[in-house]
Amino acid sequence: MPIEKFSTIISTCVPMPIENVDTDQIIPARFLKATSREGFGDNLFRDWRYDKNDQPKADFVLNNKTWTGTVLVAGKNFGSGSSREHAAWALYDYGFRVVVSSFFADIFKNNALNNGLLPVQVSDGFLSDLFKEVKADPALKVKVDLENQTITLMSSGKSENFDINPYKKTCMLKGYDDIDYLLSIKDNILHFEKNKMC
Amino acid sequence: MAGKTLFDKVWDSHVVEKIDKGPNVLYIDRHLIHEVTSPVAFTGLERRGLKVLRPQQTVATADHNVPTTDQHLPIRDMLSRSQVDKLTENCKKHDITLYGLNHPYQGIVHVIGPELGLTQPGMTIVCGDSHTATHGAFGSVAFGIGTSEIEMVLASQCIMQPKPKKMRIIVDGNLKKGVTAKDIILYIISRISASGGTGYFIEYAGSAIRNLSMEGRMTVCNMSIECGARGGLIAPDEVTYNYLKGREFAPKDEDWDKAVEYWKSLNTDADTAFDLELRYDAADIEPMITFGTNPGMGMKIVDNIPDGSSLAENEKPSFFKSLQYMDIQPGTPMLGRKVDYVFVGSCTNGRIEDLRAFAGFVRGKKKAEDIVAWIVPGSKQVEKQAREEGLVAILEEAGFALRQPGCSACLAMNDDKVPEGKYAVSTSNRNFEGRQGPGSRTFLVSPLTAAAAALTGKITDPRDFL
Repeated sequence: MPIEKFSTIISTCVPMPIENVDTDQIIPARFLKATSREGFGDNLFRDWRYDKNDQPKADFVLNNKTWTGTVLVAGKNFGSGSSREHAAWALYDYGFRVVVSSFFADIFKNNALNNGLLPVQVSDGFLSDLFKEVKADPALKVKVDLENQTITLMSSGKSENFDINPYKKTCMLKGYDDIDYLLSIKDNILHFEKNKMC
Repeated sequence: MAGKTLFDKVWDSHVVEKIDKGPNVLYIDRHLIHEVTSPVAFTGLERRGLKVLRPQQTVATADHNVPTTDQHLPIRDMLSRSQVDKLTENCKKHDITLYGLNHPYQGIVHVIGPELGLTQPGMTIVCGDSHTATHGAFGSVAFGIGTSEIEMVLASQCIMQPKPKKMRIIVDGNLKKGVTAKDIILYIISRISASGGTGYFIEYAGSAIRNLSMEGRMTVCNMSIECGARGGLIAPDEVTYNYLKGREFAPKDEDWDKAVEYWKSLNTDADTAFDLELRYDAADIEPMITFGTNPGMGMKIVDNIPDGSSLAENEKPSFFKSLQYMDIQPGTPMLGRKVDYVFVGSCTNGRIEDLRAFAGFVRGKKKAEDIVAWIVPGSKQVEKQAREEGLVAILEEAGFALRQPGCSACLAMNDDKVPEGKYAVSTSNRNFEGRQGPGSRTFLVSPLTAAAAALTGKITDPRDFL
C-alpha cells in the first residue's frame, strides 16, 4: 500500500521510559486475528493500557492526558521480538508518526519505514535529556525534520542528527513504496532468475 | 583477496541489484507463509491487480492460530477460523501449495520446512515470522519479514534489505551432561543481551555446534532473533546431508550429487574477518533458565536471581519492572520455585528429538499432580513419528497427553493460554509479559529442564535425575 508522505513534524511527546519494549506489548498476539490492517490502534499496548476488565489503567502514559502528541519516546531496544507488522500498524493507527529511541530492533525498523512511521534513533544522552525535559514540561515540542535528518527540542534548541538509509528517506518523503520499485525492475529480476537456473 | 563468509556466499549470490546508498534487492528461493501475517499481503497484491510471480516457490501452512485438540472439528473461535479460511482461499486463488489443518504435512512452519526438505543449504528463505532463522541451521540465509515484505515476495520474489553485519559465535568443547542446544543459545543470549545481536547475522561455529544434531542446530539458530540478530546460520556438513537425503522435496539422484557438491562450498573461508567474533567454552554452560521478561534475562539454573547491582542506572527501572511482573525477588534461588504449567513444543523445541528427550526423561515416572502439562508436537509428521516410536505410550503412562500440532502456548493465540499470575516452564522462545496468555509468567528452559519441572512441580535441576 502506498505510504503517506512524511513531512516535518512538530509535536508534543508521549514519554515511555521502558527498555526492550517488545512487539508482544505493542500489540498482543490475541489481537492479530484480523485479516485487514485497520483498527489495531484500539489495542495498542493493550495489556499495559487496560486491566483485565478492560478498564484503562490510570498509571499508563497513554491514559494520562498530560502527555499527548504524535511522537512516542521510548527506551532502548524498541520493537524487539515478533516480526508482526501489526505493531507498526497499531502505532500508526493510534496516531503516532515518529518513534524516538536510542536503539531499534531490525525487523520493527523495516516494518515502521514500510508504513510511514519514522524511527528516529538518538544517542543515549539525547534520549535521557528528552525524557527529563518532557517529564518536566509536557508542553515541550520536538521538531522532526526528515529532509535534514534532525530532531530538535523546540524549547532549548538542543538538536541531534539521526541516520536513515537515503533510499528509505526518499521513499518516506515522496510516499513511494518498495513494491513500486520492485515492479519497475521486473525485467532484471527475470533475467537474474534465468541465469541462476543455468 | 580476503575470503568470504558462509553468509556472504549465500547472500551475494542472491543479490539482483544494489541500490546506490540503499538496500540490496535480494532474490528469495523459498517463501513460507501462515495464516496470521499473510492476509493483508494478499489484499495489497489484489488491490494493485497483481498475481503471485512464482507461486511454486511459496508454501503455506496453518499453525499460529489453530487449536491443538479436536482439529478434525471446525475451529470454534470464529476469528481464528476466518483467518485460516482466508489462507485457504488465498492459496487456492493464487495456486499456492497449502498444508492446512488435517493435512499429513501440516505443522509449525519452521518444523515442516526442514522435515519436508524444502529447506536446503545455500537458499534464501523468508517467512512472516521472526523465527525463520531456524532454517539457517542448514546453511541457508533465512530470516523473518513483515507483511509489506511478504507482499514484495509475492509480487516480485524479491525483497529489499540492507546487508547485515557479520558476527561469528564459536562454541568449542564438550557439553556437560544434562546440557542441551537450548542451554547453549540461552547462555549466549544471557551473555550478549536481548539486543546484542541487532544489525548482525550470526554464524555459529565450533566443535560444540558441529557436534549437535540437525534438531539441536535448529534450536540454536531459531533463537537468533532473541538477541536481536536477524538470523543465524551454520555451515552444512555430513550431518546436514544425512538429514536431508530422501526427504520429500530434497534433490534426488543426479540432482542430489550436484547439490551436495555445491553445498560443500558453503563454508567460511579461513582468511575471513567478521565484524564481531565471540568465543565460548562449552564446559562453562550449564542448564539455563530465564527469570525475567526478555530472553536475555537468563541464568544458570543453580544460580540466584541477579540483584541488579551491576546494572547501569538507566537499566535498573526496566530490570525491576520485569522482576515485579514476574513477582520474584532479586538474590533468591530459582531452584525449588513452584510451577503451575509446563509447555513442551514450539518451533524452538517441538521436533521429534525434543519429544524423545522429554519422554526419555519422564519414562517410568509420574507427572506432578498439580502441574498442567501441554506437550505439543511441531507437526503432523512429528506426531505420527512420536506415536510410531512409542513415545506417546510412554508419555501417557507417565500422566502426559500429546496434543495436536501448532504454535500453541508459545504465543497463546489459540486456547492454550497460561492464566494470569501462573508460572509456566516453557521450551518456547519468548518470556515477554503476557506472551503465553494475559498476565502469564514464563521461564524458558530446555526440554530436559521442562521434564524435571513436570515431575516435581518445581524448578528442578535436570541433572538431579541423570
